[in-house]
Amino acid sequence: MKDMTDNGETDAGPLIPRQRHMHPVPYDPEYKTSVPRSPKWPLLSMESTPSEETGPRFGHSLLGPLDNNLILNFSKDGSPAIGERILMHGRVLDENARPVPHTLVEIWQANAGGRYRHVKDNYLAPLDPNFGGCGRTITDAEGRYQFLTIRPGAYPWPNRANDWRPMHIHISVFGHSFGQRLITQMYFEGDPLIDRCPIAATIKERSQLDRLVAPLDMARARPLDFLAYKFDIVLRGRRQTMFENRLEGM
Amino acid sequence: MVQSLDTMIETPSQTAGPYVHIGCIPSFAGLPGVYPEDLGLSPIAPGAKGQVITITGAVIDGTGWALRDAMMESWQPDAAGRFAGQDGADPAVSGFCRFAADKDSGLFTLTTVKPGPVPHRSGGVQAPHISLWIVARGINIGLSTRIYFEDEDNSADPLLSRIEQRPRVDTLIAKKTAEGQYRFDIRLQGDNETVFLDI
Ligand SMILES: [Fe+3]
Repeated sequence: MKDMTDNGETDAGPLIPRQRHMHPVPYDPEYKTSVPRSPKWPLLSMESTPSEETGPRFGHSLLGPLDNNLILNFSKDGSPAIGERILMHGRVLDENARPVPHTLVEIWQANAGGRYRHVKDNYLAPLDPNFGGCGRTITDAEGRYQFLTIRPGAYPWPNRANDWRPMHIHISVFGHSFGQRLITQMYFEGDPLIDRCPIAATIKERSQLDRLVAPLDMARARPLDFLAYKFDIVLRGRRQTMFENRLEGM
Repeated sequence: MVQSLDTMIETPSQTAGPYVHIGCIPSFAGLPGVYPEDLGLSPIAPGAKGQVITITGAVIDGTGWALRDAMMESWQPDAAGRFAGQDGADPAVSGFCRFAADKDSGLFTLTTVKPGPVPHRSGGVQAPHISLWIVARGINIGLSTRIYFEDEDNSADPLLSRIEQRPRVDTLIAKKTAEGQYRFDIRLQGDNETVFLDI
């Protein structure tokens, strides 16, 4: 299998194994739903195969002009969504610090009041008629992406007696290999609810949780328009094969 | 102290949560109109070569309850074992599908072509299989598994061969219920817990 990136480099070699201790624990009694939904048996570990090293690709033709603008992409008459206007931007890289170009990034989030536009969300906060809450984009040749959106509100959820989710945006990234597939959440610098959140706390390595907290980025904020938050994402890399006279893979 | 490595660490996962459909299958969330259609509605287009099959199943938690909020993605090669983008791959097979457990029954359905065997780096051949990735509320990092087929020769498959507890092999094999119809349940925990992969 040959899989050329736009850098002219070849994605080859097996995927670098996941460092599972750098991820959340699957079973955490403080996050109650994880208790019946976490496997008890060890995972079966094996070197990746073409089934994990290949993956779906999506072209820019998929995108509509407002797909990465959540302020306007659900508006019926051009009225903007209600809330603090923010730019969410960053890069998608792999563990070898190479950009991951032309990969699909999807986000979803609650509105400014903390309510999702979902048939199952019946929180007291009102829906915003001009806010849907989903967006998508494809990274450029340097792995960069950006979304214009509003800052999502914190919201309560049934877990312990009084749990609240910190402000967050859910993010889904494909990469170039099905084995790179990742869904995570971006939190906002300075939110006091992060340290009270049992979902954030499923990540036991503090430095790893910190990587989900986007800093305020005044260099990208536009005066009289929006604030900016920077969120870089690192996907699994593939083992480099300098000393082998052939490319690994097929 | 030692020098630092150049490699970076993968961004940690977080649960997809109960509202994953908003971002991934907006029509399912009751949110149509942002995109022309949901992504990955079908892994095949009309004219795809091979046998069209339907796989039905449920994602079942440790209490025996079928999840109503699971989202799944599948990835597979065409009937000849070629993945989209590879030389000679069937242009009618994207190989990628997104689907959700039904809100009322918890059942999911995947209609696709039966994949062909895929070469393995070691020189062997992997038996026909579909890769599956499962996310939901309460699942903190997406779960990977594979769907194999009971009417294929799975005896030399490198992954199945690595499962030490042989009764567990069965958890990765879809049962044929009729011609072109298979049943595949995923058990997150408890008796007959599905083999999940770190791959
Ligand atoms: Fe959320």
